[in-house]
Amino acid sequence: MNVAVLLKQTPDTESVIRIASDGKSVVTDDLKWVVNPYDEFAVEAALRLKEKHGGSVTVISCGPQRVVESIRTALAMGADTGVLIDDPALEGSDSLGVAMALAAAVKEINPDVVLCGSRAVDYDMAQRGPMVAELLGWPHLAMAVSMESDGKTVTIDRPIEGGKVVLESSLPAVVTFGGSHAVWNPRYASLPGIMKAKKKPLAVKKLADLGVDGSQAGTARVTMTSLEMPVARAAGKVIDGGLDTAGKATELVRALHEEAKVI
Amino acid sequence: MDFQLSDEQRMIKETVYKWSVNELAPIQEKIDAEDWFPPDFFRKCAEIGILGITMGEQYGGLDGDVLMQTLAIEEMSRICPALAMSYGAHSNLCANNIHKNANEALKKKYLPPLIAGEKIGALGLTEPNAGSDAMSLRTRAVKRKDKYILTGTKMFITNGPMADTILVYAKTAPEKGAKGISAFIVEKDFPGYSVARKLNKCGMRGSPTGELIFEECEVPQENLVGEENNGVNVMTSGLDIERIVLAGGSVGMARQALDYSIRYSVEREQFGQAIAKFEMIQQKLADMFARTEAARLLVYRAADAARKASRGGKGTELTRLAAAAILFAAETATWVCDQAIQIHGGYGYCLEFPVQKLWRDAKLYEIGAGTSEIRRMIIAREITAEAFARKNAR
Ligand SMILES: Cc1cc2nc3c(=O)[nH]c(=O)nc-3n(C[C@H](O)[C@H](O)[C@H](O)COP(=O)(O)OP(=O)(O)OC[C@H]3O[C@@H](n4cnc5c(N)ncnc54)[C@H](O)[C@@H]3O)c2cc1C
Repeated sequence: MNVAVLLKQTPDTESVIRIASDGKSVVTDDLKWVVNPYDEFAVEAALRLKEKHGGSVTVISCGPQRVVESIRTALAMGADTGVLIDDPALEGSDSLGVAMALAAAVKEINPDVVLCGSRAVDYDMAQRGPMVAELLGWPHLAMAVSMESDGKTVTIDRPIEGGKVVLESSLPAVVTFGGSHAVWNPRYASLPGIMKAKKKPLAVKKLADLGVDGSQAGTARVTMTSLEMPVARAAGKVIDGGLDTAGKATELVRALHEEAKVI
Repeated sequence: MDFQLSDEQRMIKETVYKWSVNELAPIQEKIDAEDWFPPDFFRKCAEIGILGITMGEQYGGLDGDVLMQTLAIEEMSRICPALAMSYGAHSNLCANNIHKNANEALKKKYLPPLIAGEKIGALGLTEPNAGSDAMSLRTRAVKRKDKYILTGTKMFITNGPMADTILVYAKTAPEKGAKGISAFIVEKDFPGYSVARKLNKCGMRGSPTGELIFEECEVPQENLVGEENNGVNVMTSGLDIERIVLAGGSVGMARQALDYSIRYSVEREQFGQAIAKFEMIQQKLADMFARTEAARLLVYRAADAARKASRGGKGTELTRLAAAAILFAAETATWVCDQAIQIHGGYGYCLEFPVQKLWRDAKLYEIGAGTSEIRRMIIAREITAEAFARKNAR
């Protein structure tokens, strides 16, 4: 079974994010970059498919040269090949432009299934998976917390309010992943894997190599007009420690009722 | 001069850190409080492939370099210095010395299970009455037919209480002094081998340290490592690397103590402001940072020298660099951890806060693998040797 994983490089979730002076982008100097955690779940799911069915795992990514690091991480986890689409035309493009490039790269590989995170932890657009599926004309199963495949169909579980839903589709298909680190428990890049990662093929492509029209994919239809930090939270209120237990409880109830107005 | 880690080195560093945060951080307190060694530790290490970094692929190793090994110990030591030390004793002191010095048959027999985490390794040099003066060791090895019979006691042996495979030094020709020492591989099931006790320590808790007894212990003659009476070469060939690798542990602890201190001093307020605004605290933070970075550079430089050097030991640049690296890194770590406790005030002195543990752990590296005093002796001996030789030739 041949699997393609769409992988985005995002700032480490521990990074301190600063908004640039233009008010609509972030300062990227000094950021530590990692594989988007949801895409890491997709890599794990892909490797499990490969373990079960054989075949190969290709990682496809869009972005500048630094993204090679993240592709190599996936190769060190056990993926087989990497493709980086690094084209200046994509700078300043939008989700659809990136999806066009990714879909074109997927077509070249012609995998049985495409896996990716349901969202990226940077801008939280949640558009890549559905858009690529649409461009390919493939079914899309969203926000999987588990996945099985017999090689002809793919089945996922997705939690819904108060329960779960099981979805199935024929292959080829696009599956996006939700859940958490605890759900997917993505494997570590093993040291032997790390040593081998450099020797695995990693192709760097331009849009033209994929037959994508740069002016079309590079034109932003959606633009980011402003970015703002979350409003600072007001300091908490400490109930007077001098009161006895009953007094503290009375004061707490009063504050919740009159000040916070939650009860 | 290139201060960049290679892609592989960087990824190894990141992987070991991430692994340590996920796998060791949650059990770290229990390890210290109960002096508890997690029984699946080496198996888990093997899963990510860190047990054979400097050893050949044919034994399951990585064919990597000393800096990779050093980075792995550094990153693990940020989270759990004690297990990082057990890991170092297993992978470096025991397995890597076997890899460097044993014949092919012994390597094929002993390395794969060590690298796969199925067997636990230890190195037994120190004795109750032979510490710094290691060459005065008294454990005897007498050849009897096709066996060597070992008699003696080993002290302070990391992993000793649980080790399966122990690299042991004993005297085959006591009258020849240092030139009468040989190295052997002892299995825990050999008749006459036993563990006397596990020692109770103030730091590095969770890394079992023990006293080992050899009572007419029967060792097959083929378990001799290197040549008879050539044990001192086995010992010294590994010592430089061992010092560099363990110095990585000190750098990791210093770095962690600094991180805690930065966070705490920015959060903690007294006199209406963060204590990090007080110049006396700022001076501490700045010095902690400068010394930690200096230690790291010296250790990495020594590790890089180890990659390039064909041999270490007396008279080589590697020996003085390795001794300087662990001397400076170990003293830096205890100093930085001491300052970290000071910055944390009363909380820092309490067992609930982690800085005091780092201090207890850090102190070991001023003692283990040769004390600070012995390291200074070596450095002074090495750097004055040439001038003395010139003077004597006049
Ligand atoms: C937790 C732990 C783990 C260890 N793990 C191992 C292990 O796995 N394998 C192993 O073989 N050993 C191990 N050791 C032993 C360690 O290497 C020795 O403790 C160390 O070499 C010092 O020996 P000693 O303790 O006998 O001290 P001593 O040699 O008695 O030294 C006492 C003091 O005298 C000083 N001193 C001694 N000689 C001189 C001199 N000539 N000039 C100036 N000062 C001097 C020392 O620096 C020290 O301050 C371990 C020790 C500890 C505590």
